[in-house]
Amino acid sequence: MPVPRILFSILLLIWLLPVQASIVAFDFDDPQKEARFKKFSEELRCLVCQNQSLADSNAELALDLRRELYKMINSGATDDEIVEFMVNRYGDFVLYRPPVKTTTYLLWFGPFLLVVIGLVILLSVIRKVSKQQDTKLSEEERKQLAELLKDKQKEN
Amino acid sequence: MARYLIPLVLFIILAIFLGIGLTRDPKLVPSPLIGKPAPAFNLPRLHKPDEKFSSQMLKGKVSMLNVWASWCAACRVEHPFLMYLAGRDAVTIYGLNYKDERNDAKRWLVQYGGNPYTSIGYDHDGRVGMDWGVYGVPETFVIDKQGIIRYKHVGAVTEDVWQKTLLPLINKLKAE
Repeated sequence: MPVPRILFSILLLIWLLPVQASIVAFDFDDPQKEARFKKFSEELRCLVCQNQSLADSNAELALDLRRELYKMINSGATDDEIVEFMVNRYGDFVLYRPPVKTTTYLLWFGPFLLVVIGLVILLSVIRKVSKQQDTKLSEEERKQLAELLKDKQKEN
Repeated sequence: MARYLIPLVLFIILAIFLGIGLTRDPKLVPSPLIGKPAPAFNLPRLHKPDEKFSSQMLKGKVSMLNVWASWCAACRVEHPFLMYLAGRDAVTIYGLNYKDERNDAKRWLVQYGGNPYTSIGYDHDGRVGMDWGVYGVPETFVIDKQGIIRYKHVGAVTEDVWQKTLLPLINKLKAE
């Protein structure tokens, strides 16, 4: 029976409508603004579900902040103004890319420091090993060695 | 000997740092607002929409601003204790009703034992909450006489939090 089947399909489609409505889309008149919106919503952290960005999160707060971001970008806010707005309210934690300042020096430069330390240790070990290979036996040591070898031969 | 001690010491240092990391709650984000003037707002009051509750009113005495909502489960936990504090006149408690419906909020107060707040701002769209950096209700701010935010507690205000942190701070601020 074809009619109920069509009805059923229509019912299914109607059922899908609220699903679509729950995704809030932000329309931009300018692709450059849209790109900035995308960039910021991916670089700002949602404080409710901390390992998600504003773009990923469905939390109420993330939605509010996306809306705020949308407003700011459309009203021509600069990148610095947007970052300042977020940091003034939620602290540096909101930035996935923390700023370079005295408290974050270790975070930014620590890995390079570790590489340098590693290189120093590596070099000193290499030098030590190559020195050991170069060492020649002194006269006394040679005598000692000869004696030891002689003992060994006797034993055999 | 040192050859074996160095890795051991390094391991112990690493273990201590990681151990400290485990005891900390990652949900607690330090607020950049500490030490700064309370962000300005001028909101309609929850019970009297024609009247306003503004950030100007936070000046002049030590107070707490408690962010709450009828949809917030942990608010139910702290509410009896806030009622107890209000009954003892321990500190002035203001309310910020965050992203809520007016009727739901009013009904909630009746249902859960009364209104501990001197004044409640009705922040329907959460815009004021955003300026205050609210990210998890309930949150409680301690504000000094100059209207400067001195502390923020995220989560329910319990007897323990009150005795250990809030009360000593409030006493200190009152003496300032």
